[in-house]
Amino acid sequence: METAEQIRDRLLARFSGAEIAVVTNPGAAAQHSLLIGHAHARAIAEFLRDDATLKLDQCSNVTGIDWPEKKITETTKATVPDPANPTAPPKVVETKTERVQPGYLEVVYHLYSIALRHGPVILRLRTANRTDQVTVPSLTPVWRACEFQEREAFDLYGIKFDGHPDLRRILMWDAFKDHPMRKDYVEPDDYEWEPTPHGAVHEKAKAHYPVPAAAPVAAAAATEGGVKP
Amino acid sequence: MSDAALPESVTPAPPTDAQRDELRRHGILLTSLQELYTWGNSNSVWPLNFGLACCAIEMIAASMARFDIARFGSEVFRPSPRQADLLIVSGTVTKKMAPQVIRLWNQMPEPKYCIAMGACAISGGPFKQGYNVLKGIDRFIPVDIYIPGCPPRPEALLHGLMELQKKIKGFKISGPDAPRHLRDDQECNCPVPEFGEHDLEPPQNPKVWTAPTIVRKE
Repeated sequence: METAEQIRDRLLARFSGAEIAVVTNPGAAAQHSLLIGHAHARAIAEFLRDDATLKLDQCSNVTGIDWPEKKITETTKATVPDPANPTAPPKVVETKTERVQPGYLEVVYHLYSIALRHGPVILRLRTANRTDQVTVPSLTPVWRACEFQEREAFDLYGIKFDGHPDLRRILMWDAFKDHPMRKDYVEPDDYEWEPTPHGAVHEKAKAHYPVPAAAPVAAAAATEGGVKP
Repeated sequence: MSDAALPESVTPAPPTDAQRDELRRHGILLTSLQELYTWGNSNSVWPLNFGLACCAIEMIAASMARFDIARFGSEVFRPSPRQADLLIVSGTVTKKMAPQVIRLWNQMPEPKYCIAMGACAISGGPFKQGYNVLKGIDRFIPVDIYIPGCPPRPEALLHGLMELQKKIKGFKISGPDAPRHLRDDQECNCPVPEFGEHDLEPPQNPKVWTAPTIVRKE
């Protein structure tokens, strides 16, 4: 099968002006993927399905990913010569710049060819942000197998698929408002937070069940000057 | 004959269990209405044909020849809640499924019993901290027997059924200790929760379940 770069070059030759980039996977699997712009996504998908050498006739998996906003700190080093004393060695000045990488939602499609027994070719589609521009083109008209999985991504991540024939929630009920797989989802506070040693649960248990003021254990530890665990 | 020759009391003391067993060995059945009623109830507990997850597979295995739940009079799995006595909640109850489980419970006629089978039905189990799983069916309906396990083996289900039979045999048919269905002051139906915007509304039935008071040590 062709590599991701070869597929990209062929697609760029076929669709002039399409936004296609290769996202490399540094891991051992080295499954590089193609990041596709919205404008040509449907046409590219149809091309990949019908092309004689690729014939990607099966979409095996649709995944949603939530990428929240990320603060990135960059350090740049610069050597500045001292103007008063030109013979001295130049100073090294470090400047830190912070930038906020905006968050976005991403959909990943894994495509295989049953006819030619190869794959996967991986497509990625990204939304503009996580709040109001969360639409990507649906690939359900190209691969029927995407239908339920795109509904699942809509349900759990809130990604809207433009052109999907029946975009409803599939796992949660219709009146449900949240998107539970997003990183900033806050679950309802509806159960006893047992004082387990797991970090997040432990913190909530502290908020729910404060230690009684006159706890004999704490008082004894205080008089002995012991360090509480 | 003078009246003084007769004994004062004509009411004999009720026979003890040992005396009854002795009489039964000689072919004489001495029983009470209460004993007969609970004996009949406990030996024909018909479960609802209802499975939710992997625990249901163990429940099916318990009903097959190898484990044979028929030995306890519970082989008749009814497909309709109107004909069933026992709701075995066998598996993970998602929040989307919970109103339907409670509706089935309300449709069952009294006397009815509930077994929470497996970690998920008891507390949510491995999915307890998930967003879509009910943290125990006992938040909405009264549970008689809890069977721990993930999933419990068929033997555990049989043991749970035997414990339920023991519980039924201990019921009184009158008085303040009588079970729910023999009293007028107890509500048999459980309110069915609505699908809310973030969770089920209400998230529990306060008549059945209140959050336990946990005291944190450190």
